[in-house]
Amino acid sequence: MAVFPSTAAAQAADRRRSRAAERGSTPSPRPRRRSQRSAYLFIAPIALGFLVFYIWPLLETFWFSFTSFGVFGGNTWVGGENYEGVVRDVTVGQALGNTVLYMLMGLVTLPVAIVLADLMNRRGLRGVPVYRALYFLPFVTMPAAVGLVWNWLYNGDFGMINEALSWFGVDGRYWVSDPSTAVYAIGAVMVWSHVGYYLIIFTAGIKAIPRDYYEAAEIDGAGPVRRFFRITLPLLSPSIFFATVICVINSLQQFDLIFVMMSPENPALGETQSIVTLFFKWAFQENAQGAAAALAFLLMLLIAALTYLQFRFQKRWVHYA
Amino acid sequence: MRRRSLLTGALAAPFAAAAATGCSSKGGSSRTSGGRTTISYGMWDTLQVAGTEKIIKAFEAEHPGISVQIQLTPFPSYWTTLKTAMRGGSAPDVFWMNAVNLQMYAEGGALRPLDPFIERDGFDMAVHPEELLRMYSYKGTRFAMPKDFDTIGLWYNKELFDKAGIKYPDDSWTWDTVRDAAAELTDPRAGVHGIAAEMSRQYTYYNTIAQAGGYVIRDGRSGFADERTIEGLRFWTDLIDKGHSPSQSAMTDTRGRQLYLSEKVAMNYDLSAMASQMYAAPAIKDHGGVAVLPEGRRRGTVIHGLASAISSKSEHPEAAWKFAKFMGSRKAALIQASEGVTISSYAGTQDAWVKSMPEFGLGVFIDMLDYAVPYPASRRTTVWENLQPQLLGGPFTGKGGIESASRTLARQMDLALEQEK
Repeated sequence: MAVFPSTAAAQAADRRRSRAAERGSTPSPRPRRRSQRSAYLFIAPIALGFLVFYIWPLLETFWFSFTSFGVFGGNTWVGGENYEGVVRDVTVGQALGNTVLYMLMGLVTLPVAIVLADLMNRRGLRGVPVYRALYFLPFVTMPAAVGLVWNWLYNGDFGMINEALSWFGVDGRYWVSDPSTAVYAIGAVMVWSHVGYYLIIFTAGIKAIPRDYYEAAEIDGAGPVRRFFRITLPLLSPSIFFATVICVINSLQQFDLIFVMMSPENPALGETQSIVTLFFKWAFQENAQGAAAALAFLLMLLIAALTYLQFRFQKRWVHYA
Repeated sequence: MRRRSLLTGALAAPFAAAAATGCSSKGGSSRTSGGRTTISYGMWDTLQVAGTEKIIKAFEAEHPGISVQIQLTPFPSYWTTLKTAMRGGSAPDVFWMNAVNLQMYAEGGALRPLDPFIERDGFDMAVHPEELLRMYSYKGTRFAMPKDFDTIGLWYNKELFDKAGIKYPDDSWTWDTVRDAAAELTDPRAGVHGIAAEMSRQYTYYNTIAQAGGYVIRDGRSGFADERTIEGLRFWTDLIDKGHSPSQSAMTDTRGRQLYLSEKVAMNYDLSAMASQMYAAPAIKDHGGVAVLPEGRRRGTVIHGLASAISSKSEHPEAAWKFAKFMGSRKAALIQASEGVTISSYAGTQDAWVKSMPEFGLGVFIDMLDYAVPYPASRRTTVWENLQPQLLGGPFTGKGGIESASRTLARQMDLALEQEK
């Protein structure tokens, strides 16, 4: 849909141009406006898509958050009632706590990925593309498949993890259905499946660091650890900043793994529920779309605030070479 | 030229496919073509597709002007999809309805009332169990045509009973008999538990709540604070605490039914509709048996059944009614029963189902109709159903007492019920 207006405009521009050519003269020169217009034309497809699929739903969600949503149509204005309900609901507090926990666990991915990226960029290491592909594979695998397979691994009676533990005489648990371990079990899968993505970002970042710095440092007698902390980390900070922003946004919206791994009868359901799974439950199971919209909007504000703060404080630790 | 035709062929293929599946890809709204009215039938159970196709064939033979297309949506997304399709006006003409959702759909005006049709055609609804008719009425109006019913029975494993030297369950069994047998049947070395005390509304605790004389919901108020209701719950948590059943954590990873099918539990409360699945498992076909649910303070089993409802947005209500009526008729019931998938609700047609798996003695499921209690529901059933695993999960994994958990549940459920109004 989004392409039609822009192509129509492009055709119109074509027609004008050909008319101008017939007259054998160029139209009065207003190059700045011309180039601006073509710039708009170029961004039109994506901008329209963005308007239709992001901005419009956003506005709609904002409107829904002030209404009581009729299951089969018909919304009625209820003012701030939904927001009041969200604030008063105890499950929201629990879900928020879990979501923050997911975010912290998500952030653990970053140091892991940095160390791996550094190791893989050591000179003389063989088979780097193979490792990179192996680490990247989980990221391009469907989360639903990842969740299912990990559920089998985690199975308390027949899972491979407990089987392996039993060789060492350790009695495993019911990892995903024990309220005290479930959230960490999911977090571990999260880290595992995202580490490849950040690995690629950091590898690119490390590759951009001039070799001369390392050589100079080596001549001055700096060991590998020191080189890592004094050269790699500071010069990688723009990549780390980018990764942190993305990671916080993504992990605050954690949904698919939890949804796949936690069955509705799981006694650890409450302990693993994130804001977005709660949103799903309200909106699509319990028909509380109004309250769900309010919850989604509050989550967006939270993410926006956290992202703003990160940009605000980046000056203190991000070095742009 | 050849190249071009290949290319156009490739371009045309998706459109041809879309046209072929026209009904479902357009969202399943009905259409008329060549004098034939096509209506769609929404359902979720793949096991019932073959039987339903046979019924449709019989229906189309009787009504040459109407053809019916099945729209299969897997259960986990069935209701979400249906709701969205309802809003968008592309829901199937006739679709499966359950007790949990009936009141919400009826109240929201999504269903066409059946009363005018029933009265006009003089269809005798009394051929279906009364509990089902009540389940599918809202404020005195009938909204769906029952097609089958389920009750819960005590499935047991004869071999494990023989090994422990215990008599098979029968209608003399009470809660105490179950407790004693579960203790004796539990064999930690073999990894066998006496019973699966799974945290499941329909299969386990709704049954014992009724048997204890408690209730889940009455006059818009929660029953979970009631002493008798708590007694019905404690029956199960006690079995877990004593180690005669795996805990709910274990049964989240491997469901009670799976444990029963792999002969790791000797007793399991389960649905009549699962009979065909049990029958397909060679070990259970040989060792499986089923008895009426043991008696508590009284007898009880939860009855639920599916029904065919007509969308209020259907463009062919007359054809839709003809099909829904056929689905609730004796003819369809007999086809359904002989398929062995589920018990038809039409009175006197259940024999075919019982006989389709003679080894099991499935007659007990029909005997239990006398004291069956309907599956509890309200207008927003899912809201308070979702509260249950969250609050009862602790006691069912051996953490925290069932009494306080149940009382908390009652409070939160009452709040949810308050908001329904």
